[in-house]
Amino acid sequence: MRSNLRLPRLSWRFIPVWQRNYLVWKKLAIPSILGNLADPMLYMLGLGYGLGSLLPDVGGMPYLTFLAAGTVAYSTMNAATFEVLYSSFSRMHVQRTWDAIMNAPLTLDDVMLGELTWAVAKSLLSGVAILAVIWGLGLYGNFWMTLWIIPVVALVGFCFGGLGLVMNAVSPSYDFFLYYFSLVITPMVLLCGVFFPVSQLPLPVQAVSAWLPLTHAIDLARPLVVGIVPGNIALHVVALLIYGSLGYVIALALTRRRLLK
Amino acid sequence: MPVLKVRGLTKRYGDTEVVRGLDLDVRRGECFGLLGPNGAGKTTTLRLLLGLIEPDAGSIELAGIAVPQHAREARMKVGVVPQMDNLDPDFSVRENLLAYGRYFGMDKAAIAARLPELLEFAGLANKADAQIAQLSGGMKRRLTLARALVHDPDILFLDEPTTGLDPQARHLIWQGLRRLIADGKTIVLTTHFMEEAERLTDRLAILDHGRLVAEGAPRALIESHIEPAVVEVYGEGLDAWRRDHAGGVCQRSETVGETLFCYTCNAEQVIDALKRAPTLRYLHRPSNLEDVFLKLTGRDLRD
Repeated sequence: MRSNLRLPRLSWRFIPVWQRNYLVWKKLAIPSILGNLADPMLYMLGLGYGLGSLLPDVGGMPYLTFLAAGTVAYSTMNAATFEVLYSSFSRMHVQRTWDAIMNAPLTLDDVMLGELTWAVAKSLLSGVAILAVIWGLGLYGNFWMTLWIIPVVALVGFCFGGLGLVMNAVSPSYDFFLYYFSLVITPMVLLCGVFFPVSQLPLPVQAVSAWLPLTHAIDLARPLVVGIVPGNIALHVVALLIYGSLGYVIALALTRRRLLK
Repeated sequence: MPVLKVRGLTKRYGDTEVVRGLDLDVRRGECFGLLGPNGAGKTTTLRLLLGLIEPDAGSIELAGIAVPQHAREARMKVGVVPQMDNLDPDFSVRENLLAYGRYFGMDKAAIAARLPELLEFAGLANKADAQIAQLSGGMKRRLTLARALVHDPDILFLDEPTTGLDPQARHLIWQGLRRLIADGKTIVLTTHFMEEAERLTDRLAILDHGRLVAEGAPRALIESHIEPAVVEVYGEGLDAWRRDHAGGVCQRSETVGETLFCYTCNAEQVIDALKRAPTLRYLHRPSNLEDVFLKLTGRDLRD
């Protein structure tokens, strides 16, 4: 029992796990990219132009810009979440790929670090694609500053990858993930300032929102799109790191209990 | 110097002891069998030996390396064929071997150099680019076996390697394993097929309820635990024959369903006695490992 709670021992052996996922993804790269990006892109452009034309400036910027900045964080969150829920679950539970890998000199710590870093890669892809649209439509204030969005996106992927792995560890089946989306992801999208400023919410709800990881992500991404240095950078970065790391550590303990018994 | 040395190995789940004070020695180059009914602790023992789970007591030395303390290093020296196929369905045959070699830290060139030999061994040389879903059950097993050899280990662990295969496919796997034994590999396999154990293993251990109940070469186990011949008797009038004659001619007898198993050192005598009971039918055969197994682990159904 105590050995399940042991802290992760990280090693470079996670790299072949990452590589395995990359090689599989490469086979279906085009449909995978389209599938990942079409949805956030449609929302962003549809709502941005459609709703945006009815609205005055939101948060001091055109609605399309406001929404694009939110979408960077939101689509990154989704990319990481989908990867570590559905795809990781397939590999862990359905295909038993993790079991096969652990017969080689890899530990569960390595396997899950491989999954987490792969989720970061998928997030980067997703975030950078939205960023490319922002560049293309000229929705930014300062081009050089928007480059900082790339590490932010990686950080957001790490955060939600770690959190999602906890769900993966406790899920009996794919259906279980709907709870996570309905009870965690969707509320967060509505409470953290993707579609409208958090300041529109009642004060007690704003207080809750301030603790949520997506809020930290958006507080970093939105100023960078507009061309302002974000406030409280250290707070947001540390918060995202803590959420992701805690998620990974807890997920590892729970998955050890699940698989290594 | 044993390749595998196990002392006092114990694993508990809650109040149940799944493995109870197991001692094992496997010598270099031998094929060692772990036999036991379902739930005897065979798979748990293999997982303990690989350091995937931690024992509650006891010590394991695999290829001279302490497990689970240095399980990672120990697993470098071992190839594993798990009970359930877990080939990577997103990859072709060739890609499965490539990906698996990387987990052992091999570079692409080193794995590629081994590919022809592995594909030939698995009898899949013309299937290198096939997807896993296109393979038959026997092909999947052979690929899993080839995958376990990708890093050319000295030791192989196989968990019920032929369960679920048809006889043709099973014989092909046995052929492959005999080739590996001839090459000097050390093999540890679990099975509940007596024929498999008798054909392949040099020595075997019979486990029941997590405990070792017998150990030795298959022939020696049969000789030391059981009379040399068995006459299975069935048919009309069995009850009367058992009552009046069985005690006189059988060293030991046992009734299972409608059959009487008569264990004897003198089968002629039993058959003579049976000739005087024309309604009875019988089958005379030499005793085998299954008789030993059933004697030691009982005939109760294990679910």
